Amino acid sequence: MTDALHDLTIVAAGDGLRSGDFSAEELLQSVLDRAHRTEAQLHAYLTIDREGAMESAAAADADLSAGNDRGPLHGIPIALKDNMCTRGVETTASSQILAGYHPPYDATVVRKLREAGAVIVGKTNLDEFAMGSSTENSAYGPSFNPWDISRVPGGSSGGSAAAVAAGSALGALGSDTGGSIRQPASLSGIVGLKPTYGTVSRYGLIAFASSLDQIGPLSKSVSDAGLTLGTIWGHDPLDSTSYAGEYPDLTGDLDRGVKGMRIGVVTEMAGEGYEPAVDDAVTSMVERLAGAGAEIVEVSLPTAAIALSAYYLVAPAEASANLARFDGIRYGHRATGVTTEDLMARTRAEGFGPEVTRRILLGTYALSAGYYDAFYGQAQKVRAAIREDFARAYGQVDALVSPTSPTVAFKTGDRVDDPLAMYLSDICTIPSNLSGDPAMSIPIGLDPQGLPIGFQVMAPALGEDVMFRVAAEVERLAEFTAEPSLLEVVS
Amino acid sequence: MPVEIDIAHVARLARLELTEAELETYKTQLGVILDHAARVQSLEGEPHVESAHPLGFVNRFRDDRVIESLDRDEVLSEAPAAEAGYFVVPPALDQ
Amino acid sequence: MSWEPVIGIEVHVELATESKMFCGCAVGFGEEPNTNICPVCLGLPGALPVTNQKAIEWIMAIGLALDCEVSPRSVFHRKNYFYADLPKNYQISQFDIPVCHDGHIDIVVEGESRRVGIERAHMEEDTGKSTHLGDGGRIHAAQSTLLDFNRSGVPLVEIVSKPDIRSAAESRIYASELRALVAELGVSDARLEEGSIRFDANVSVRPEGSDTLGTKVEIKNMNSFRSLERAVEFEIERQIEVLESGGEIVQETRHWDEDGGVTHSMRTKEGSSDYRYFTEPDLVPMVMDEAWVARVRNSLPELPAARRRRYVEGGLDDHLAGVLSDMPLSLRTIYDDAVNAGAPARQTANWLTGEVNGWLRRTDSEHVPLTGTQLAQLVVMVEEGKVSSSAAKEVLVGVLDGEGDPAGVAAARDLIQISDTSALETAVDQVLADNPDAVVSYRDGEQKVIGYLVGQVMRATQGKADPKLVNEILHSKLEV
Ligand SMILES: [Mg+2]
Ligand SMILES: [Zn+2]
Repeated sequence: MTDALHDLTIVAAGDGLRSGDFSAEELLQSVLDRAHRTEAQLHAYLTIDREGAMESAAAADADLSAGNDRGPLHGIPIALKDNMCTRGVETTASSQILAGYHPPYDATVVRKLREAGAVIVGKTNLDEFAMGSSTENSAYGPSFNPWDISRVPGGSSGGSAAAVAAGSALGALGSDTGGSIRQPASLSGIVGLKPTYGTVSRYGLIAFASSLDQIGPLSKSVSDAGLTLGTIWGHDPLDSTSYAGEYPDLTGDLDRGVKGMRIGVVTEMAGEGYEPAVDDAVTSMVERLAGAGAEIVEVSLPTAAIALSAYYLVAPAEASANLARFDGIRYGHRATGVTTEDLMARTRAEGFGPEVTRRILLGTYALSAGYYDAFYGQAQKVRAAIREDFARAYGQVDALVSPTSPTVAFKTGDRVDDPLAMYLSDICTIPSNLSGDPAMSIPIGLDPQGLPIGFQVMAPALGEDVMFRVAAEVERLAEFTAEPSLLEVVS
Repeated sequence: MPVEIDIAHVARLARLELTEAELETYKTQLGVILDHAARVQSLEGEPHVESAHPLGFVNRFRDDRVIESLDRDEVLSEAPAAEAGYFVVPPALDQ
Repeated sequence: MSWEPVIGIEVHVELATESKMFCGCAVGFGEEPNTNICPVCLGLPGALPVTNQKAIEWIMAIGLALDCEVSPRSVFHRKNYFYADLPKNYQISQFDIPVCHDGHIDIVVEGESRRVGIERAHMEEDTGKSTHLGDGGRIHAAQSTLLDFNRSGVPLVEIVSKPDIRSAAESRIYASELRALVAELGVSDARLEEGSIRFDANVSVRPEGSDTLGTKVEIKNMNSFRSLERAVEFEIERQIEVLESGGEIVQETRHWDEDGGVTHSMRTKEGSSDYRYFTEPDLVPMVMDEAWVARVRNSLPELPAARRRRYVEGGLDDHLAGVLSDMPLSLRTIYDDAVNAGAPARQTANWLTGEVNGWLRRTDSEHVPLTGTQLAQLVVMVEEGKVSSSAAKEVLVGVLDGEGDPAGVAAARDLIQISDTSALETAVDQVLADNPDAVVSYRDGEQKVIGYLVGQVMRATQGKADPKLVNEILHSKLEV
């Protein structure tokens, strides 16, 4: 462990700020310096809002010394995936079609972070419109994994994952539609979670697939994840799908351990297609959970086998409509055209990258007359069947566990020409998006090449308290203290 | 089942002006993905289809109350072409 | 061969809510372009819709007024098509579960009541407005299009009739009846000239007696009841001509050209099978339980058809009931109050639809300074012969000018008829004495001179005599 400020957890940094060991401005400076030394290799950020961040940090210091403590994220440098709208700060979703776009409003999560005194460092790289699992599908170039810069950081929230893993932010927000927070967290050796659908407002999140998208935190520890989620979630009247009831307690059960809990191991999430090191690490963690007093049960989610197929119909279908608004008329890129129709079709062909184009075509096809029932309609039935699978499982167990991803970080370029192989990296994460339930990835070790392995904890809807309780135990048992051996290179 | 795809029609519906070569490539890729996706058809039985919210709530409404409009200049400054308070586009095909 | 037209009409009604369907922007008309806009109705990235409850209650009200079923559960769908004035390039609309379905409305066509079925009434959002700029304003030479999104997202109710309409005139009557209904409900400005109510017609023809439907053509761009009627008429004729010359009707959308008086084929955008409807994932289902439906039902005002029925039951004929029913609410209230105060229905209705309405138009007033009691008093005074009907008009003007109650005004203006028989006998005797020739003519059988004699008495009494009484007295004196 170094004692650099940028390496602190949010919990530790909060203590330091409150005890006067350092100021929010000093903390921010350390993070900005770290970014300055690592960005040339990682390309975690698309935009660093140095000026805005400095102002926020100064304000955070002034507030704190005036006794106005805004909570656990007060003065903490946080990075935002660049698909969350920030008023006046360029927001592109990594797409050429939004190059230079400055939203006239803040997303609800951004407003909440500002109100909580957080310092927004900048906007992180992602797969264009969050479509991808490697952050290679960015119009502004890929991001790289801090553990091995020849590899991907995962995706689509790869920039956020790389930034947190490298210390160029103390925490970050990502969005998770099919695993886009958990998979990069897993590949980058940090904690990441997707909360219950409807608990974090989607207002101001550039939509990929509305019924699946959820914003969530990426962080260095389970506690940090809890403090971040606790800040950003809650009912938002601007989002009709936002949950208005009681929210679970995130931090109360962190120290309770798993004694007496029933934990299910998902049978289908192991074996063929899973790297042995991943399987082994997961098995070993399950044994340790048993040793810590949990009762371990094998649980089957029979529909999980076709979840990926359902996902690749539902998500592109919704995306095909969500991305229709990018037409070159009101904002963003515009191509030349003699008629409105030419202008739109050219703008879209020029503005969208290949993966986005592919998914728009796929979704348009899945919804079109003659194919709707066989594809989109049937996918909705699979989705319902997956919910039934989970409901059955949670009738028997408190939480489910699995690998987060079947593999560790893969080499940049390895899967770009094989969309299906790329899609397979989300095979363990997709079912929770389809069901709407919460799920979380916690780093549990390194493979023989020194690449991180993530462990997924899943819980029923609004069971975040249970999920955090198990995750905290996993974190204790894993004793994961390794850090990426990133060389610092000043660009 | 081999999936039939009228890729040119799909691209037109999606307003994507693609070259013949691009259309061919996407058609092949969509074929592979849809072959895999067609596994959804293996689901047996009829689950209770509920495409609504996983938490199952209904009736989310807002009161009929007016909020302030965005600033027109700020909005139009993002537009590729604007004039006299309007967004401007070339004429539509049917005009 | 003789042909039967089969017509269905789609009516789009903009609701006059304060704010838009899915955002808090103001609903207005004729304001500066792009001044009622927000991330939601502009389709900015990241924006999400939230449904306006008032709009849902108002579409329920429209549905209930049309005797529709209100769906116990209803959902929104996305209707996908690209158009410059549709910011998200999909419209939030409804597909298989509209808020209201299966109702009807009764209309009167040439004195006969006809029932037109209502297929559905669904909720959706309006588009923005395009203005095409070109050489000399000619659309075909348009150089560019200006877009204003103030109207984008205004709540729109689409009411689809069953194909129950059989003529162009019926189409017009149906449309104007619907307009009157939504205006009555107070849910829309229903101004054709501002586009807050718009009509499309689906027209087909089939051989008389056939029960299969012909190929239908959708006609658009009718901006008055008259143009709706003309367009449907033209289209019926056109289709018959095509069929009789051995041609086939093409299923298409045709544009009504008001100046040319013809419809012509529009270049099709998307076929209806290409809309790729799917459930709107940004909204949750709506559940309209019985209690909610009952609350809306209880808030409905009396509707024109029911009102006309009530007037007829109260003694008016169909025509007068219809005319009165279309009068402003202020006049209808005076009618109800006057009848309650004992005034005879027909006379009261005649006064209101004639003199009072005339005064209202002449003076362009908002308010009628007349109570039901006052009108009842006036009508009774006429009936009892206390004032002549021409004097009564003067009394009414006095009342409306604020001079007081009818009796007071009649007295003050000296308009009370002389009904005192002895006073009149004196006047009659004088007239008979002054007109011996007339008396002779009468007695020779020329009875019509009596009119002349009445006139003389009226003149002698400065018009205040009750002509009926004068007549009686004259007769009795002459018959002697
Ligand atoms: Mg419509
Ligand atoms: Zn708006």
